[in-house]
Amino acid sequence: MAKTLFEKIWDAHVVTSVNDGPSVLYIDKHLIHEVTSPQAFEGIEKRGLSIFRKNNIVATADHNVPTTDQHLPIKEQLSRFQVDKLTENCKKHNIDLYGLGHQYQGIVHVIGPELGFTLPGMTIVCGDSHTSTHGAFGSIAFGIGTSEVEQVFATQCLLQNKPKTMKISLEGKVAKGVGAKDMVLYVISQLSVGGATGYFIEFAGGAIQSLSMEERMTICNMSIEMGARGGLIAPDETTFAYLKDREFSPKGDKWEEAIAYWKTLYTDAAAKFDKEIVIDLNGLTPMITYGTNPGMGIKIGDNIPKETEIKDSSDTVSFLKSLNYMGFAPGEKILGKTINYVFIGSCTNSRIEDLREAAQLVKGKQKAKNVKAFIVPGSQLVRKKAISEGLDKIFEAAGFEFREPGCSACLGMNEDKIPAGEYCVSTSNRNFEGRQGAGARTLLASPLTAAACAITGEITDVRTLFNN
Amino acid sequence: MEKINTIHSSVVPLPVNDIDTDQIIPARFLKATSRENFGANLFRDWRYDNQGNPKKEFILNNPVYTGRILVAGKNFGCGSSREHAAWALYDYGFRVVVSSFFADIFKSNSLNNGLLPVQVSEKFQQKILTLASTKPGITLTVNLEKQFICIDETGEKENFDIQAYKKTCLLNGYDDIDFLLSQKDKIAEYEKTSKYLSLTKSSLAQVSEL
Repeated sequence: MAKTLFEKIWDAHVVTSVNDGPSVLYIDKHLIHEVTSPQAFEGIEKRGLSIFRKNNIVATADHNVPTTDQHLPIKEQLSRFQVDKLTENCKKHNIDLYGLGHQYQGIVHVIGPELGFTLPGMTIVCGDSHTSTHGAFGSIAFGIGTSEVEQVFATQCLLQNKPKTMKISLEGKVAKGVGAKDMVLYVISQLSVGGATGYFIEFAGGAIQSLSMEERMTICNMSIEMGARGGLIAPDETTFAYLKDREFSPKGDKWEEAIAYWKTLYTDAAAKFDKEIVIDLNGLTPMITYGTNPGMGIKIGDNIPKETEIKDSSDTVSFLKSLNYMGFAPGEKILGKTINYVFIGSCTNSRIEDLREAAQLVKGKQKAKNVKAFIVPGSQLVRKKAISEGLDKIFEAAGFEFREPGCSACLGMNEDKIPAGEYCVSTSNRNFEGRQGAGARTLLASPLTAAACAITGEITDVRTLFNN
Repeated sequence: MEKINTIHSSVVPLPVNDIDTDQIIPARFLKATSRENFGANLFRDWRYDNQGNPKKEFILNNPVYTGRILVAGKNFGCGSSREHAAWALYDYGFRVVVSSFFADIFKSNSLNNGLLPVQVSEKFQQKILTLASTKPGITLTVNLEKQFICIDETGEKENFDIQAYKKTCLLNGYDDIDFLLSQKDKIAEYEKTSKYLSLTKSSLAQVSEL
């Protein structure tokens, strides 16, 4: 029977099924971090259970960690306690931990792919909704709650209902200055923040095939922002080239065997999706969000919608509440608004290509006086690479801070918070109220747009800086 | 997990769409290492100002509205996978959340904690929200076994869906983990025969040798 890529991987991981109920799904890789794991460790200990398959688990500390002076003890007491708890739990249960000070430490969704833990055809979970990132490699990867983390600890399986499938084909060519982040923000603006709830997405089409692996990760990372369980992309030569010779990628005969298998991972021509959408990207410009969910995005030159332009009348209350929080008026222009903070980082956009792109733009320029701009690389390896290419010097010369790896101001669990009432152009994935700190106002954009805004101190179409 | 069956309670209406889990429990409160006491910070930044004083206009600070049933706008619980959101709602005292649809991860997290997500039609949702805003103190009856929700004042009723397996779990207070543990032989058998696993083991073995 013809199957979608999702169905091929799903079916291969079903251990057994409850009659008319969920399936027992085997999990190949389980990534854990300090915030959503302590209660799960406590849970299995209370039940007198042990970790069933410790070799399938990898741990790192990312959400809480400071992005300066990582060699010193964490100052914030509760953060330190939680990170110490992870170390203690991993030691007790003999789980590999890439904690602070380890050469592989970093954001969980950055280190998985760069080390080659993340491979096509796998099932991957983590107590973090942006686990969808790993779908870029053609794997079923999704975020789970702490009770589910506990289930995977105890049995290496999860009870899951099979989601519906959706194919989003992205066609057309995007212009210079428009990237993967703009593409995905546009898709979310078309589908809305709940538009893919209940579905697992396969991204396909010419515009996807021409993307690099890092760009594909940016797209899959934000599948959750339209409500999808996850998003995946069929592996191809770009995928294989990225994975070859990574630290933990299969080697020798295993590599050949793996490639042969991975080449079977595509949606059969006759397979049916529950829903199919085609989106034309021709004419796309840089995108930016104006509201308090990732679906509230516009082309950067467009005006903020008017109340009358809101399609679903039940959304009006939330729309007005959102603009009130952001300090914007319906129908006004977003270009030219003053911003005082720029954050380039997070599991969406903190990889080497993101940093290179931003560095290339800011090279030889100075940030605006009113702006505090900081770059937080996604991992120790990304940071090392950036330094070896001299990117840190470029950023520092332009007045940007170049920090140490972690989730940082994406969710402000560490010291990196945006003050109340301030605007921050951020390359992260969520612009929810208070996401970057209580009262902070977030505008989501690409690394290029964020860098451009840091230079001018206002919302800017990056393409206007290209000829300077 | 505690058993749940019939809930009869007044309602707290929160007619906002797309309420994300960052609003339900902001990230700065996720530093605890136990599951207890998250209710104190439920909807923290909607409930309190930055001095910690209650915001009068927020529904949870209005003494007229109390109860174990929260009725919210569509797409409740979107965003972060933090189970702390379900813990906070439960710890505060809610046992049922009603919406026209829920974010997937939030829904699983709720079901794993004995917090019942009841999905109703938009029409029924609007009816409750409108009625509750004009007549505080109206009550709802939610019957899990018979799968219906009823506005007691008007007698209007709607059936809701829930998977038979999950219904059994909630009615009896069973966790998924109990079921999964009973399947361990099958899981070990799967590991031996899966060709997919044999492939990925190459990387797993290297990890463990590190």
